[in-house]
Amino acid sequence: MMISLNKETLKIVSEQDVVLFRQRLKEYASKIGMSLLNQTKLITASSELVRNILVYARQGEVIIEVVTDRLQTGVRVTFKDQGPGIADIPKAMQDGFSTNKSLGLGLPGAKRLVNYFDIQSTPGNGTTVTIIRWKR
Amino acid sequence: MANKTSEVLSKRKNDVLEAWIKNQIQDPTLREDLMSNDELHTQSDELLNSFIQAVRSGNYSDISTQEYYPVIEILNSLSITRAYAGFTPRETAVYVLSLKKAIVQVLQDELKADQNTLIEEIIRISDLLDSLSLVTLEAFIKGREEVILRQTSEINEISTPVIRVWEGILALPIIGTLDSERTQIIMENLLQEIVNTGSSIAILDISGVPTVDTLVAQHLIKTVNATRLMGAECIISGIRPEIAQTIVHLGIDLTGVQTKSSMASALRSAFTKQQMVVTKAKAKQ
Ligand SMILES: Nc1ncnc2c1ncn2[C@@H]1O[C@H](COP(=O)(O)OP(=O)(O)OP(=O)(O)O)[C@@H](O)[C@H]1O
Ligand SMILES: [Mg+2]
Repeated sequence: MMISLNKETLKIVSEQDVVLFRQRLKEYASKIGMSLLNQTKLITASSELVRNILVYARQGEVIIEVVTDRLQTGVRVTFKDQGPGIADIPKAMQDGFSTNKSLGLGLPGAKRLVNYFDIQSTPGNGTTVTIIRWKR
Repeated sequence: MANKTSEVLSKRKNDVLEAWIKNQIQDPTLREDLMSNDELHTQSDELLNSFIQAVRSGNYSDISTQEYYPVIEILNSLSITRAYAGFTPRETAVYVLSLKKAIVQVLQDELKADQNTLIEEIIRISDLLDSLSLVTLEAFIKGREEVILRQTSEINEISTPVIRVWEGILALPIIGTLDSERTQIIMENLLQEIVNTGSSIAILDISGVPTVDTLVAQHLIKTVNATRLMGAECIISGIRPEIAQTIVHLGIDLTGVQTKSSMASALRSAFTKQQMVVTKAKAKQ
């Protein structure tokens, strides 16, 4: 069973919010003693997902949580938006797929950087991505 | 409703002005270092004139109407100037609030005999001046925001120095978040400096960049490509071990981009490319 120990919600509407969010996330990760490598992975993955919110949905919110399942402690981040949603998730998860003429590495790359990755999306309704990175 | 206040103000304008200026000077927060008494006098006179003009219309409640345009314009520019000059919000608000005090003093004097009218007029004029003081605060905050914006862009400029480390070699330490706007500035500075100095190698040091995600990577690649188009080479240095691993997991392809772990090793490779050797001087015997 997973328990959430500490929770904070941040609104994401502009580039400045991304900077602020990354700083907060770093605080959470270093407070629980996450290794520098894992911190960097968590923050980079989150940076991708929060950018997707800004680019595709213009705005949304993120929830940062310290979670534990009694065996290990980590940080869970939930990215929620009410944007256009993703019609074909498996396609969006492929390396190099982009509707934005970009690298198309955000989603698949983020998945490789974390221990848990879940994406829910309904076209027209929005997208929710949840990730967890354990302390070690 | 009779426009008693307007009458009184027109009649005793000079007394109001004098009392107002006295109030301002007496306020312990007045910054004589920031404004001379002469300036204060001219400014206050100008505002009072347009204020009296506005209340003559009999409108005391809606400051969004045409009568108040001149008043609001003066207040706006005054607050913004004060924000630039480093006044505090309090010092700025005191300006209008001390006018209220001056007007009330004169009204009390003129309407001594008619307490009811006095109270009515005081309430009306208070409400009006309160709205106007909110206008000054809003303008003040806008002024501060402009100052912050200006400073941000100045910081952007100065935080992206291009250093000429050696004949033909430029170095650019990047510190902080690398967003599109900053990349643009960095690129412009770098390309300009390549032209100015005729350099053929540029070292982009990213040890001070906290997060390298796909966006930052793309910005870096763009900068490297632009440098190439100018006929120069670009080395990216300061890739920390955890960043290197993260870039690999993300799947970013940096082949074709020269990378080095530290500024020192980038410099060494730049020297080699320029066919220069750095050796220790032999100790004299
Ligand atoms: N929050 C979202 N809302 C709607 N569509 C999204 C969202 N996130 C991703 N997508 C879609 O999934 C595609 C893949 O996203 P991904 O982040 O992997 O690549 P990208 O954003 O196109 O490029 P990169 O992140 O590498 O710059 C996007 O092009 C977009 O069509
Ligand atoms: Mg993306």
